[in-house]
Amino acid sequence: MSRAASLPVIYSAQSVIGMSDFSEELKGPVTDDEQVETSVLSGAGMHFPWLQTYIETVAIGGKRKKDFAQTTSACLSFIQEALLKHQWQQAAEYMHSYFQTLEDSDSYKRQAAPEIIWKLGSEILFYHPKSNVETFNTFADRMKNIGIMNYLKISLQHALYLLHHGMLEDAKRKLSEAETWRHGEKTSSREILINLIQAYKGLLQYYTWSKKKRELSKLDKDDYAYSAVAQDVFNHSWKTSVNISALIKMPGVWDPFVKSYVEMLEFYGDRDGAQEVLTNYAYDEKFPSNPNAHIYLYNFLKRQKAPRSKLISVLKILYQIVPSHKLMLEFHTLLRKSEKEEHHKLGLEVLFGVLDFAGCTKNITAWKYLAKYVKKTLMGNHLVWVQEEWKSRKNWWPSFHFSYFWAKSDWKEDTALACEKAFVAGLLLGKGCRYFRYILKQDHQILGKKIKRMKRSVKKYSIVNPRL
Amino acid sequence: MRGFAAAQAHGILSPGLAFPAGGLLPPLPEAALATRVTGPGGGNCRGAAMDLEEAEEFKERCTQCEAVSWGLTDEGKYYCTSCHNVTERSKEVINSDIIPNAQIKALNRGLKRKNNSEKGWDWYVCEGFQHILYQQAEALKNLGVGPELKNDVLHNFWKRYLQKSKQAYCKNPVYTTGRKPTVLEDNLSHSDWASEPELPSDVNSPFLESGMESQSDVHTRKSLRISKALQSETSVCSGSLDGVEYSQRKEKGLVKMTVPQTLAFCYLSLLWQREAITLSDLLRFVEEDHIPYINAFQHFPEQMKLYGRDRGIFGTESWPNYDDIYKKTIEVATFLDLPRFPDITEDCYLHPNILCMKYLMEVNLPDEMHSLTCHVVKMTGMGEADFLTFDPIAKVAKTVKYDVQAVAVIVVVLKLLFLLDDNLEWSLSNLAEKHNEKNKKDKPWFNFRKWYQIMKKAFDEKKQNWEEARAKYLWKSEKPLYYSYVDKPVAYKKREMVVNLQKQFSTLVDSTPTAGKKSPSSFQFNWTEEDTERTCFHGHSLQGVLKEKGQSLLTKNSLYWLSTQKFCRCYCTHVTTYEESNYSLSYQFILNLFSFLLRIKASLLHEEVSLVEKELFKKKYSVTKKKSKSKKRRR
Repeated sequence: MSRAASLPVIYSAQSVIGMSDFSEELKGPVTDDEQVETSVLSGAGMHFPWLQTYIETVAIGGKRKKDFAQTTSACLSFIQEALLKHQWQQAAEYMHSYFQTLEDSDSYKRQAAPEIIWKLGSEILFYHPKSNVETFNTFADRMKNIGIMNYLKISLQHALYLLHHGMLEDAKRKLSEAETWRHGEKTSSREILINLIQAYKGLLQYYTWSKKKRELSKLDKDDYAYSAVAQDVFNHSWKTSVNISALIKMPGVWDPFVKSYVEMLEFYGDRDGAQEVLTNYAYDEKFPSNPNAHIYLYNFLKRQKAPRSKLISVLKILYQIVPSHKLMLEFHTLLRKSEKEEHHKLGLEVLFGVLDFAGCTKNITAWKYLAKYVKKTLMGNHLVWVQEEWKSRKNWWPSFHFSYFWAKSDWKEDTALACEKAFVAGLLLGKGCRYFRYILKQDHQILGKKIKRMKRSVKKYSIVNPRL
Repeated sequence: MRGFAAAQAHGILSPGLAFPAGGLLPPLPEAALATRVTGPGGGNCRGAAMDLEEAEEFKERCTQCEAVSWGLTDEGKYYCTSCHNVTERSKEVINSDIIPNAQIKALNRGLKRKNNSEKGWDWYVCEGFQHILYQQAEALKNLGVGPELKNDVLHNFWKRYLQKSKQAYCKNPVYTTGRKPTVLEDNLSHSDWASEPELPSDVNSPFLESGMESQSDVHTRKSLRISKALQSETSVCSGSLDGVEYSQRKEKGLVKMTVPQTLAFCYLSLLWQREAITLSDLLRFVEEDHIPYINAFQHFPEQMKLYGRDRGIFGTESWPNYDDIYKKTIEVATFLDLPRFPDITEDCYLHPNILCMKYLMEVNLPDEMHSLTCHVVKMTGMGEADFLTFDPIAKVAKTVKYDVQAVAVIVVVLKLLFLLDDNLEWSLSNLAEKHNEKNKKDKPWFNFRKWYQIMKKAFDEKKQNWEEARAKYLWKSEKPLYYSYVDKPVAYKKREMVVNLQKQFSTLVDSTPTAGKKSPSSFQFNWTEEDTERTCFHGHSLQGVLKEKGQSLLTKNSLYWLSTQKFCRCYCTHVTTYEESNYSLSYQFILNLFSFLLRIKASLLHEEVSLVEKELFKKKYSVTKKKSKSKKRRR
């Protein structure tokens, strides 16, 4: 990502809690609610929906469910269906009736109603053609004040909605309002929300900061405005760090927050601070496994010109999480350059690993590396390593990579790729392999020499026909 | 008594069985039902404490029953509260400087003023129900039901109920504050019923018998009640005076009024009047909001406040259920000890022959089927007046589910004609189709398949609309019900919030007037010859499924299967069970179609079909246990 952060960065932060995720959230909690009602958890975590209905009738003394409950739950499914089909108009129509669940005589359902209504209603208002920011604001303000349970959550989502509409200042104001809101007792879930709200505020400040920084970079140091802008930049950074740092200490996935925080720390030369944040984010066991955490750390260390062994240890973890990541080729290079033999072996493993994934099959660099490295390994008398890797793949790689079809289409699309693949095929499957034979048959003027060399190497090193 | 006289004029009531006995019940003016009829304003409605206090000075024993328990009539005369004997002595004789009527008036005004504040009127639960019944009667009148229903029949049933449940028109009404919730007028010349000149002096009148208790009992109970009443006034748990007491009242044999019960009263009156509204129609009108039911309380006068226990008594969150109201109807009729209802004869709407015609039209079946249904009705004896007429005082009080039964007859006829085994009906359809193609000018043969396709589509659409309308139903009244005064602002705030949100979202909805209230109709489907897209089968012929044999017509199909082989003989209420998957798809479809029309469960209709078959194949049931029987019928 470029240093100049733009709004899209903020939107990627929505994976935590945000507008674009409303539909998922909608299905999540809402169906959760329903499950509470309609299914029974038995010891093994199995659901027996029919049992629940039976139990319900027992619980209410054999009386059938009130029609109020029946029609409102039917209404809910109609709304969900309409949302799924993007029929905002119909959804709004049903919503009109669904509001009465706020007055449900069943206190459990009455308490759950505001959240469900908020989620459905905000989704409708987000997409409905007749809706506008004003309508949304009114709705959000109303829903915020039904009970105190949802104030913070709604405020945050309200702010995200405003951000989506480019109303940064309004969003900031909403976040500040929410930040200072005090009502009822402090609970842990509320604390997280307050941290999130503050962090989002920090993110907005970061955005301003980053804009200022860009201005600064355009200015000449001797410009009379320079010092003023620089001062401004500094002030912002201080506020932001306070806002964000509390959140990222809590376990969670906070990618955009971490990124912008680190960027600012780095800018002011606090490398140790930045490294600490990143290391903590990547290695703290309380945090959920997150490949990005390792990528950030790696990129940071690379910028800091950290020793190779350190870089290798970071990527090793990434390799375990995402063996197909594009950084794996860099990892391979690092391993190849290492002095340790086990690193060399791992280097081969990594390459094979990358090419196991369908998304990487056309990656010419990976094939080039593999061709070279397999040859080098075989030349270095490590036939066993290759055999070891090949053992688990020989059943499926031939049809996955080296079929006649692929030979034809690869050659047509990218002759260089075809050559590299043919070389690997020859080494692994012997010169009789169809892919290899197909490429050999092609008469190509420029590649002619290369193919000849390849033929010789295959004859010499192929694992199918080990040297006698 | 007007109602009574009218009933007699119609020859409905035999004089001996005169119900709400004219002499006992004071005539009730129209205004009595129209406005808030009872309460502090009326002459009969005096605080017991006051009443008794005034009468306390009078200590003589009653000449009739020797009790010392005197009340004051509006003329200022003393009457015995236990035997209702009115003395010749009036209060003026003892205390000449009080003019009772004036004092009562003044006191009443006082009461009113006091209660006009936030607290509202003093009112009784039964007044609330009376108000709902009044609204329902008005609605029925607007639906075209004759005015006698409201003025005479329902009115008398209600009076009789008040009497039987000892709430009014009896010696010892359960209300102890003395302000009996009897029906009143503005006119003060009316006083306690005891002062009616035509009062029968025989205490053994059948309606008083039940009220007889030993003297001491009456006394202790009275004093207890007074103290209780005073208590309840300080600790308010309901808007009505007796809400708490009412919800705790549990007496053996007492049928307590509930909101669904009001429909039982309505249906009883409709039945008495032999009106052209079946129970399923009535309930459908309720569901379509043509008859006040859900939140009927919101039309109570402003001064009748509801909260606390009233919530449980008057709040409803369900539509009425056919079976439930049916049972309640019988229960109420038995409790009221009603005489045999007017005969259901062949010219009555509720007679199966007429209902069958109606339902055949409704579901788009050929008119020719009617003669077959009539035949089944005749063979089963279901058309007899004795079978059809409701007689609550018979040994086993039961009434006929007229609508369900008529529909069941149609199902049986369909089974006779088409067997409905997922096979024969289709091959008969093929024959009809071929015939119709060849003879385009003739009257077309009825094609079951074509009928199914058209009905299936229409039915699915109707059902979908119905489900959507239900999902959109707004249950909550403009007047929120709350538990106590503490909750009141919360409840009102919630209501306001909901209204605001609804307003906001209604701007997002296209203003197409889809929400327009349907006008009430006993028909849900309409089929006309002009409609080209939806074929009307009324005029189609059954020639394809019948064959002539000499003078008589026989069904081509000679097989039949019974919906129920064995009836349940245990003491549970059901006679059979309906496991959908055990039956043919055609049968399932037909049951679903009809049970949707009547808004009942398919199992209920299945049960009725089985009962009709039981009558129709009576002999076979007792003689043989063969699975299916062939049957030939004459026409």
